[in-house]
Amino acid sequence: MEALFGQLFAGLSLGSVLLLAALGLALTFGQMGVINMAHGEFMMAGAYTAFVVQGVIADAGIALVVSIPLGFGIGGLLGLLLELTLIHRMYNRPLDTLLVTWGVALILQQVARDVFGAPNVDVRSPSWLSGSVDLGVAEVPASRLFILVLSVVAVGGLALVLTKTPLGRRIRGVVQNRDLAETAGISTRGTDRLTFFIGSGLAGIAGVALTLLGSTGPTLGTNYIVDAFLVVVAGGIGQIKGTVIAAFGLGILQAAFEYSTTASIAKVAVFAVVVVFLQIRPQGIFSIRTRSLA
Amino acid sequence: MNGDYLELTDVRVTFDGFVAVDGVSMTVLQGDLRFLIGPNGAGKTTLVDAITGLVAASGSATFGATQLLNQKVHKIARLGVGRTFQTASVFEELTVLQNLDIAAGAGRGPLTLLRRRSSVPEEVEEALEIIGLGDLRDKQAGVLAHGQKQWLEIGMLLVQNARVLLLDEPVAGMSAHERDETGQLLRRIGAERTVVVVEHDMDFMRSFATSVTVLHAGRVLSEGTVAEVQADPRVQEVYLGRAATTGEVRS
Repeated sequence: MEALFGQLFAGLSLGSVLLLAALGLALTFGQMGVINMAHGEFMMAGAYTAFVVQGVIADAGIALVVSIPLGFGIGGLLGLLLELTLIHRMYNRPLDTLLVTWGVALILQQVARDVFGAPNVDVRSPSWLSGSVDLGVAEVPASRLFILVLSVVAVGGLALVLTKTPLGRRIRGVVQNRDLAETAGISTRGTDRLTFFIGSGLAGIAGVALTLLGSTGPTLGTNYIVDAFLVVVAGGIGQIKGTVIAAFGLGILQAAFEYSTTASIAKVAVFAVVVVFLQIRPQGIFSIRTRSLA
Repeated sequence: MNGDYLELTDVRVTFDGFVAVDGVSMTVLQGDLRFLIGPNGAGKTTLVDAITGLVAASGSATFGATQLLNQKVHKIARLGVGRTFQTASVFEELTVLQNLDIAAGAGRGPLTLLRRRSSVPEEVEEALEIIGLGDLRDKQAGVLAHGQKQWLEIGMLLVQNARVLLLDEPVAGMSAHERDETGQLLRRIGAERTVVVVEHDMDFMRSFATSVTVLHAGRVLSEGTVAEVQADPRVQEVYLGRAATTGEVRS
């Protein structure tokens, strides 16, 4: 029983990391149809934000609490800058966007190397996240539980914004019918920028969370970008709930494969499962029509 | 506001050398229910697209003292010029109320958008009343009947405070009863607004038009009251003599 629960938690924990990485993409790629390869580098920027904040604020706990909104802001601003300078010129050219943002990703990695040095840096975990928490059935690491909660809060927050606020209605309106939104007096350009800001900001939050699990380096983003796209595509483009299910599903699958084999074999197996799944159901778990892809 | 009218002068739209609208000039006064008719390809919808900024055009289109041509689409909408589309276009996955809310709040800044709405704004309530969809407010717009979608679209224009309404085939595909209701609706809202209706349905036109402009091959062929236009031999020729004698003309 305990072993099973331990496995389940490991899966959920992996899934929550995937979810944080993929949630922003679900907006920018899923809703807007932009293939942003620099999304991982926005995560890296969030992670370095946590590192810098910790240099200023000595208390690791307060630093973490400050880093989360700040990471959102930094990631969001980077995204906004990218949207304003490059992406808005190529909304109907997904392949060009892919190449251009990949170039941007490489540039951002080099900038990180120049500023922070090539070796990885470490962000200290606050003391209240370094121990473990007894959940009755099993003891789980506090930092992983924190990330799980953070990812659930992030999804809940995003879902709330999208379904309950006028802003969310506007975003969904622009995704569903651009012409109609414009003739209804909505600035679709403004909405695009805002959506991109939120999506990129979520990447920043993911980056801050990742500092709790390991060290931070310039290539942090590249480790997650493929998985993040995988989650969004498997979940079904344009659907947040699909992203959530796919993230936790793949996380649990990965953990289960890892239990019986090794991490590398598990990764291969997960990829194979996704490939087979997409053969049977190319539109992902859920599907709606979006404007430029699918 | 009362003296404002829509004035088009020499409006021209070209697509890669093909002239879709070839120097159209017309004036539509407030309270006028103007019908814009003409055979397929006459440039009716393109003209509406040009006024609302969806296609680039030369010439001049003014409402009040404001030039509309070649402004951004949402800016034109905020100036009070609204339109509907040929195929009923609503945000299908949002409810009736949410559709109206989007249109009502279009000019709001991003930060105020994060507040949840506590009550239904007055103008939204009023629009629901006028278009008669009050009982269906929480229904998804996608499941509405065709006619109801068109009314919802008109409602979205009302909550935007549109002073000029450009309606692209509002009664296409409607039942006779729905047509009649739409006509009454247009009369109700048209008294204080400038309304242009692009239409193929001649019966509908005869029942509700106060004035008619006939377009043919991108130009104004004839203009006047329903009787004057029907008596015009050039119009009869364009419609192969059918318009004056038979009911509906569709090509």
